Amino acid sequence: MEYLFHILILSSIYTILSVSLSLVAGHIGILSVAHAGFYGIGAYTSALLTIHLGCPFLLGVLLGMMITAVVSLFISIPSLRLHEDYFVIATFGFQIILFSIFNNWIDLTRGPLGIFGIPQPSILGWKIGSDIDFLIVTVIWTACTCGIVYRLVTSPYGRVLRGIREDEVFTQAMGKNTLWFKVSALALSAGLASSAGSLYAHYITYIDPSSFTVMESILIISMVIIGGADSLWGPIIGAVILVTLPELLRFIGIKSAMAANLRQMFYGLLLVIMMIVKPSGLLGRYRFK
Amino acid sequence: MPTLIAKNLCKSFGGHHVLQNVNFELSAPGIVALIGPNGAGKTTLLNILTGFLSPDAGHCALEHQEITHLPPHKIVQLGAARTFQDLRLIRQVSVLENVLLARPHQRGESLIYALLRFGVAKQEKRNRQVVMELLRFVGLQKMSRNLGSELSYGQQKLLSLACCLATEAKVLLLDEPVAGVNPNLGSKILELMLQLRNEGKLIVFIEHDIQAVRQIADCVMVMDAGKIITQGTPTEILSQSKIMEVYLD
Repeated sequence: MEYLFHILILSSIYTILSVSLSLVAGHIGILSVAHAGFYGIGAYTSALLTIHLGCPFLLGVLLGMMITAVVSLFISIPSLRLHEDYFVIATFGFQIILFSIFNNWIDLTRGPLGIFGIPQPSILGWKIGSDIDFLIVTVIWTACTCGIVYRLVTSPYGRVLRGIREDEVFTQAMGKNTLWFKVSALALSAGLASSAGSLYAHYITYIDPSSFTVMESILIISMVIIGGADSLWGPIIGAVILVTLPELLRFIGIKSAMAANLRQMFYGLLLVIMMIVKPSGLLGRYRFK
Repeated sequence: MPTLIAKNLCKSFGGHHVLQNVNFELSAPGIVALIGPNGAGKTTLLNILTGFLSPDAGHCALEHQEITHLPPHKIVQLGAARTFQDLRLIRQVSVLENVLLARPHQRGESLIYALLRFGVAKQEKRNRQVVMELLRFVGLQKMSRNLGSELSYGQQKLLSLACCLATEAKVLLLDEPVAGVNPNLGSKILELMLQLRNEGKLIVFIEHDIQAVRQIADCVMVMDAGKIITQGTPTEILSQSKIMEVYLD
């Protein structure tokens, strides 16, 4: 049962990541490869604030989201003026920088040794100690994330995002400050990814830079693409598939070292098949240009 | 009082002078045709007036507000909207959504209001009514639910005009509004332009169809090699056989 809860909790955390990325990738059409970096900022901020300052869990999460949203401005304001392809490269560079900070700022992050002993969270006196408690918290948090993204994309704000995706020049000519919409959506997306990082840190109680590499960003992008970037359910389905299906490898008696490599191959194979069979993803309509 | 002013506008690309000291003062209401051969600088001028390009020198003003280096969205908010020669629209969404996108001051476009939705539904309902009125004006009300891609080329031109009108701009800059459109729809577009002029708008349009220019323009500006070489009424300009031969044939 614990194993099942663990898979459900991880699925929920990755759903937050994929749904938050879909806000920019699916609705604006810009692909950020720095999502794992934002996820990491949330995890480190929340962990450090809780361990060193005794900060309450929810405050740590919120501060992590705010810091990550501000950090996202450093990449979005200069690079969102660039053509989409160059933006992807810029976010890739930013992801490398963030990973280097996690890995090399030893005094703060303890580098590759990681941070352990992150306390399990408590909310208003409710100590979230068991897996079922944590599952309840992550599912509620995931529902809130989906709710936020759904409200945005079904509002006039979302209409402008889709306008930018389809024809940014036309959207500008209709009087919309497209840079502001892109910057604000990326900041919100980064903030939501950060909250997933906080949940992850407090759930696993140990973090190190290896959880926030560019491969993690690619995994999140794969979830969005496989599920369907511009639908709400698509990234949820994508996250559940990519978290649960590789777990099946455990049940066919493959050694764990080999299973890890097979998992990467499985992700790659799934992406290739999707690109050939249904480029817009399982539930999506939008195809990346 | 002039509505749209250009003073000594200059623009060059890689040493090639596309605009050279362009000057004019235009007042609303009115219809001004901008004519000239390909490469004369007409579209570049429109791009500068709407903020899609910055001039190398000179300045432009809209109702006495400097707009020279403002971004496109600011210029639209100040009251000058445009259409494009290559017909830019969002073809994957409905006709209604295309025009709704252009409505100004939408509460629901703010991140906070989009999340909390205070007063958004009410304003959205009002905007939909306004948009349906505009679609009725251009004759597309029955196609409001169709995708932009399902419209004919001429209907797409009408849709882009409706989008322009939805911004509530006083100055409309139209890049070849009737080019490639069948004669019936072309006449309809010209009628609408006349109607808009009568409602107080200033319309500047680029056009190669001399009949259309003759039919509706109050003033014709002729451009060649980045300069406005002459301007006047259609009768004055289009009777000059030299202009007709050199620039329009």
